[in-house]
Amino acid sequence: MVTFKIDGQKVTVRKLSTILDAARKLDIPIPTLCHHPALSPFGGCRLCIVEIKGSPKPVTSCTTFARDGMEVKTSSPQLENMRKMTLELLLSDHPTDCMVCERAGDCKLQELAYFYGIKENRFIGERRTYDKKDGNPFIARDMEKCILCGQCVRICDEIQGVGAIDFAYRGLKTKICPPFDKDLNCEFCGQCVAICPTGALTGKMWKQKGRQNFTKIDTICPYCGCGCNITLHVRRNEVMRVSSKPETLNEGWLCPKGRFGYQFISSPDRLTKPLIRTISKEYSASDTWNIPPYPPLAKGGRRGGSDIFREVSWDEAFDYIAERLRDIREKSGPDAIAGLASARCTNEENYLFQKFMRAVIGTNNIDHCARY
Amino acid sequence: MAGLATVFGSGAMTNSLPEVENHDVIFVIGSNTTETHPIIGLKMKNAVRKGAELIIADPRRIDLVRFSHLWLQHRPGTDVALLNSIMHIIMKEDMTDTKFIESRTEGFESFKDSLEEYTPEYGERITGVPKQDIIKAAHFYGNAVRPGIYYTMGITQHTHGTENVYAIANLALMTGNLGRESTGVNPLRGQNNVQGATDMGCIPNFFPGYQPAAMPGIRAKFEKTWGVKLSDKKGLTATEMTGEAFERKLKALYIMGENPVLSDPDIQHTVKALQKLDFLVVQDIFLTETAALADVVLPAACFAEKDGTFTNTSRRVQRVRKAVQPPGEAREDSHIITELAKRFGYHMDYNLIEEVFQESKKLWPALAGITYKRIAKTGLQWPCPTQDHPGTPYLFKGGFPRGKAAFTVVAYRPSEELPDAEYPFLLSTGRQLFQYHTGSMTRRNEAINAVSPTAYIEIHPEDAAVLGIKDGERVCVTSRRGSINIQAWVTERPLSKTVFIPFHFREAAANMLTNKACDPIAKIPEFKVCAVRINRTVDSEENVNKG
Ligand code: SF4
Ligand code: SF4
Ligand code: SF4
Ligand code: FES
Repeated sequence: MVTFKIDGQKVTVRKLSTILDAARKLDIPIPTLCHHPALSPFGGCRLCIVEIKGSPKPVTSCTTFARDGMEVKTSSPQLENMRKMTLELLLSDHPTDCMVCERAGDCKLQELAYFYGIKENRFIGERRTYDKKDGNPFIARDMEKCILCGQCVRICDEIQGVGAIDFAYRGLKTKICPPFDKDLNCEFCGQCVAICPTGALTGKMWKQKGRQNFTKIDTICPYCGCGCNITLHVRRNEVMRVSSKPETLNEGWLCPKGRFGYQFISSPDRLTKPLIRTISKEYSASDTWNIPPYPPLAKGGRRGGSDIFREVSWDEAFDYIAERLRDIREKSGPDAIAGLASARCTNEENYLFQKFMRAVIGTNNIDHCARY
Repeated sequence: MAGLATVFGSGAMTNSLPEVENHDVIFVIGSNTTETHPIIGLKMKNAVRKGAELIIADPRRIDLVRFSHLWLQHRPGTDVALLNSIMHIIMKEDMTDTKFIESRTEGFESFKDSLEEYTPEYGERITGVPKQDIIKAAHFYGNAVRPGIYYTMGITQHTHGTENVYAIANLALMTGNLGRESTGVNPLRGQNNVQGATDMGCIPNFFPGYQPAAMPGIRAKFEKTWGVKLSDKKGLTATEMTGEAFERKLKALYIMGENPVLSDPDIQHTVKALQKLDFLVVQDIFLTETAALADVVLPAACFAEKDGTFTNTSRRVQRVRKAVQPPGEAREDSHIITELAKRFGYHMDYNLIEEVFQESKKLWPALAGITYKRIAKTGLQWPCPTQDHPGTPYLFKGGFPRGKAAFTVVAYRPSEELPDAEYPFLLSTGRQLFQYHTGSMTRRNEAINAVSPTAYIEIHPEDAAVLGIKDGERVCVTSRRGSINIQAWVTERPLSKTVFIPFHFREAAANMLTNKACDPIAKIPEFKVCAVRINRTVDSEENVNKG
């Protein structure tokens, strides 16, 4: 263990902890732009600088290990001046897009610029311009807003194990891109989007769908058995975006299905009314089977609801089902009826479903597709 | 489920997600983890970064192979031979945990004798894995301190699936690698609430909480709570339902949120079986291929439109919350079921969905300590018997529910339908990263469709060269049951002479080809092995994909 002082407060941390770790433990704020607790230290943005008593120059707290007896200062007029200058330099070639930027309000750079009151910029200079637009369907990459913090590069390599992007070119031209500046073609987990501190990486699906006016609801991903914790961003009764919090089971990481696969919720193909068949089954089966367009059948079958089914009220549907099932039970016994429950429904629904089959219909013919 | 439950007395994953990162050896067999369970895949990669050794046994060069220390590319369907020969070495070189075997297991002696013939040479002959690699795997696993075994459908979807599971259990038992943190056997569940649906009694012969429906005492308990007399007859499994429907013994089927037409083996058979039913009700969010065959289709609410709980693959009960209103007149499944019950004069009256959960935990003590309030922020893993119980991250600490765990003698036997002169290729089916199950949800997403537009068949370059097939070309794949036209992906992922098709795509549905032969115990169909023929000329659309 190592004991030392930050801003006069004593703190004891494990060996090989950084000054930044210790400060976070004490809840002392130090601005950072390139640090992430799950990634290897980078030391690139120099916003996290602190003064150590006896050292001539400030050091970056995210890369400096704590030593016994150290006395650290996280703020001083000189430090704040240096931070402000660093920010001004970062902003000197940054587009002034906040008004229309996807990340405004949730942007670390914007927030820091606000705190340091950077209105006029002493260094305003040549703007980096990148014409390249990435054609991939998931992630918008606006490299003019990139601050080269390298978090996306590290997460893609260190957490996702893909290594789809890296630093390329030099000097003012430096940028982050896939090999040979091609379109991104990767696992599209969106981890890099989640971690980007600015508007450089954003989801194409939620472009202009709203920034702050959301209700956020915590729930569970509807896809695989990992059970990732997700947050749905809802506006006007529509899910506009999915995110995940770092303090969850899945540490905020998701896969492409969980992060980007929510469009089905508001698909126009959703069933909206009970349907009762109007024509014989033999006809519809072969007919509905092999018809393009391929993504599954639209609501109501091939030529709209009227062909195979007619829309009915819930009452009519319930009465009809009850009548038919009762009839079959009378003639052939309860074991002529079976139920298939769903691995995509909730525990409560599955409980009710098996209770319905066992207690109401009177059969143990109940299963679900665990086997597939 | 069936296999592990017989051996240990519980069939769930024994460890939890955070524990994945702290194994020192991870043995993944028959699980394409990074694509089917991406977040568990991440945790495995992290474990490797932290120094864990990763062994993979898979006929395909799955993505995780990049991170592995040892890759055993065994022929599909030869898992028992592979595992037995690994265990042969562990036995021969005395890497067993004698104390564990004596105090916590039974049936060791006959099991020990049964391994005699599975020499690594024999293993190599059957599996195609070099003998040295079999020995290496035995050393990795046999000397590990905190090893974890992970498997999915690659193990269970065989006619000898239950035997595969027994063999895995044997391996963990003989080395005493159970009942400790980051040490265990972990079947990964493919869909978000498979665990929960099973827990809640949506399996024929168990009431909620794995309580046998055949036991009079148990039945009496449920009869009392539900206020009706319950049947003591054996129920049908999903695969048996299709069979009975085909023979017109089953007359009516009520399906909630499943699409067996695409997900079951042998589509033509499934479609015919469903057509023969007198009455089919399908309750779903889309007009699936199955719903198109129904007499009544009921519009349901999706996960974002309801409150409740899901239980993830590691037994973690987590809170699902309503975010939006269902479209049109679509209703929550719970509402539909209770309304329907009413028409039968049976009242399921609940004011809140949590009351349903409360009823279930009254009947199953393992959930008794869980309340919606307790899981508001993070889930809890069952067993969680009391209000102050922290949940159970890993199972079998200090003992097995069935007392002693049993070794099972398992002999290798070949799959049901192996390649022959007429159908020379071995077909495996499975999932891929971007799509999910029968595609009814993921395929309604433009961006996902852009990167994963349609079905493909993975063919090894050597086979492609012999057949004269170029990458991207359309080919016709035929089995004894049907034919599909599909795009070829020439890649070194599969073994030569074996091919792979993901089953998400209705226009080239892998299950047109698969065999409905089942494991006799678990009733899981053999999706992983069937014989096919590949032709360069595509069949006319008339002849393929006909249901
Ligand atoms: S990235 Fe941040 S600072 Fe830059 S334009 Fe967007 S909101 Fe403003
Ligand atoms: S989406 Fe995932 S795989 Fe693709 S670049 Fe970002 S982090 Fe890497
Ligand atoms: S986000 Fe991906 S890994 Fe997580 S539960 Fe959903 S499907 Fe599974
Ligand atoms: S956070 Fe320390 S240098 Fe960027």
